[in-house]
Amino acid sequence: MRPKLNILSDELVNQIIAEGMELLMDPGVRAHNDDALSLLADAGADVDAESQVVRIPEHIARQALETAPSEFYLYNLDGEPVVHCGDDSVQFDPGSTAITILDSETQEQRPPLTADFVKFVKLVETIPQLDAQSTAMICRDVPEGIGDLYRLYLALNYMRKPIITGAFRKDTWWTMKEMLVAVAGGEAELAARPIAVFDVCPSPPLLWSDLTCQNMIDCARNNIPSELVSMPLAGATAPVTLAGAVVQHTAECLSGVTICQLAKAGAPIVWGGSPAIFDMREGTPPMGAVGTWMIDCAHVQVGKALGMPTNGYLGMSDAKVVDAQCGLESAGGAIMAALAGVNMVAGAGMMDFESCQSYEKLVIDAEIIGMAKRLIAGIEAREEPIALTLVRKLGHRADYLAQPHTLKWFNQEQYIPSAVIDRGSLDGWKRKGAKTAFERAADRVNELLATYQPSPISDELRTELRAITTKAAQQFGMDELPPLPGD
Amino acid sequence: MSRDLLIQITKSIVGGEPDVTAELARQALDAGLEPLAIINQGLTPGMNIVGDKFATGEYFLPHLIIAASGMQQAMELLEPELRTRQQTIEMAGTVVIGTVKGDIHEIGKSLVGTILSASGFQVYDLGVDVPTETFVAKVKETEADLLGLSALLTTTMTVQREVIEALVEASIREQVKVMIGGAPVNQEWSDAIGADGCAEDAVGAVALAKRLVS
Repeated sequence: MRPKLNILSDELVNQIIAEGMELLMDPGVRAHNDDALSLLADAGADVDAESQVVRIPEHIARQALETAPSEFYLYNLDGEPVVHCGDDSVQFDPGSTAITILDSETQEQRPPLTADFVKFVKLVETIPQLDAQSTAMICRDVPEGIGDLYRLYLALNYMRKPIITGAFRKDTWWTMKEMLVAVAGGEAELAARPIAVFDVCPSPPLLWSDLTCQNMIDCARNNIPSELVSMPLAGATAPVTLAGAVVQHTAECLSGVTICQLAKAGAPIVWGGSPAIFDMREGTPPMGAVGTWMIDCAHVQVGKALGMPTNGYLGMSDAKVVDAQCGLESAGGAIMAALAGVNMVAGAGMMDFESCQSYEKLVIDAEIIGMAKRLIAGIEAREEPIALTLVRKLGHRADYLAQPHTLKWFNQEQYIPSAVIDRGSLDGWKRKGAKTAFERAADRVNELLATYQPSPISDELRTELRAITTKAAQQFGMDELPPLPGD
Repeated sequence: MSRDLLIQITKSIVGGEPDVTAELARQALDAGLEPLAIINQGLTPGMNIVGDKFATGEYFLPHLIIAASGMQQAMELLEPELRTRQQTIEMAGTVVIGTVKGDIHEIGKSLVGTILSASGFQVYDLGVDVPTETFVAKVKETEADLLGLSALLTTTMTVQREVIEALVEASIREQVKVMIGGAPVNQEWSDAIGADGCAEDAVGAVALAKRLVS
């Protein structure tokens, strides 16, 4: 039996959905996007053109839930379905859109550059516990106007795994789509075997910015999956009660699914978000707070009850260095996510809320993820009877190490960590240099990077991607892109 | 009697009962107390206690915000009375604040505005998604000492730079200090765009504001 966390009672799930539906009518959602407003008006919603507030009747939202797919796959660049968005499948990708990288030498945050993100993408490729890439940081050596598409360009040059991404502007979305179509080999190929998901983030409470709304609509019309990242801040931009925050989250996601499905019925879209409690001393959104994890597990349960694939931003830390707080917060969130059956868990490597990415934290998080995945694989009998035959055979002899049974099962029964986790003797640990977890993680980063295998894309395709990106860069005053670090 | 009322006003601020504060302020005016006395001996001591309790960790942000709301409600009653008496209260400074164009995030900006207001600043909160020219016009109109620019998104923080450039263009950059805030904003960014400072949180923003106007 697989262990499963249902944090809400069925009764509470139903009430949350009912209240979410009611919020769609009163006060409604505000969408600063004409396309969305006309889609909703055509479907029979009540749109106030001046305030851009739309009241969505429940039957329209219910219809959207009917047409939204309950599952879909993301493909790697070898054309294999490697990420299943649906049911209780659990997969992990790095936290997205960090604005700093934790420098490995100084352990201080600094702006990421091209070489940093390329190294990061390569590292993610080599980490078996990670199922997907993300456009994890914004490179500061290119103009801000191409910050979104440039990181996709870099990732596409080095990745095999599918990628979670997002656009910062309405027009750059199209450039990013052009890159994805080039890599997939055509629009139809990209629709049939999606390699990327775009994050789309409503703004709490119950608001849709023009940009994110348009990105979601463009994704739908082009059969590119999008992922709702609703982020109520409980006590600041949403009710302080955890259940109240989930009600608001439900309404925001329902409005997103509705707009998406009105743009294109059947377009793949993922329910989810990055909610948080609001720290009442600091005024910050702590991602390492137990209340934050609880809201996440609850909104995922609501999404599942509505038949939606799910995502959640979990497994992050608010710590500023890779320390004990960093480890304990990341572990708590990742394990809760696995138990809740979140399809796409974003957060690995992320610290200082959602500001900073760290190579070292990423490989430590990989161990947490390995443990979390082992946890949800559950405990099985393995043999019938479970132990009677074996224990009777050995009687009172402690000779299990020598048994074929042990050799047969140990590797499946145990999660075997890398050298990031120290389980040696005190003397052994001293002999190896008495290294801290951070130092062992730094060693692991180098060890993994040495195993990186270049991506399968052709030189022609690389040239095409560079041309697309250069053209975009030139609109923002950069004639030549920074050179790519050698493979 | 009047001493009692002032003590009760202080207590209502500390206890987080804004409606009571407003009602007591009305009673105090009716009883013939001077508005300046109500402010200086009733409201401000309450805000100081709340500030102290927040600093020591006894109080949390909701206490601070609700106390500030009591202060604001009372001030709405008292300000017309001050005007008729041609009295003014000494403000720590005048601040124009808002979230930049393209960004509709409200909470950080409002938190800073509220706490600045409670700390004795005259605050003009322009709201969210504020056009650059609106910031410039309001700074001119109010002769503000400070301009607070909030941006929560990496996509909109660049607009902070545009506002500063617009201030330069309007030849008023020298007369106003610009402070910036928001999740992606740091000192490096502040330096890069020629702002006068940035703060990590609302309490830090107040300290920065006081430093910039001193």
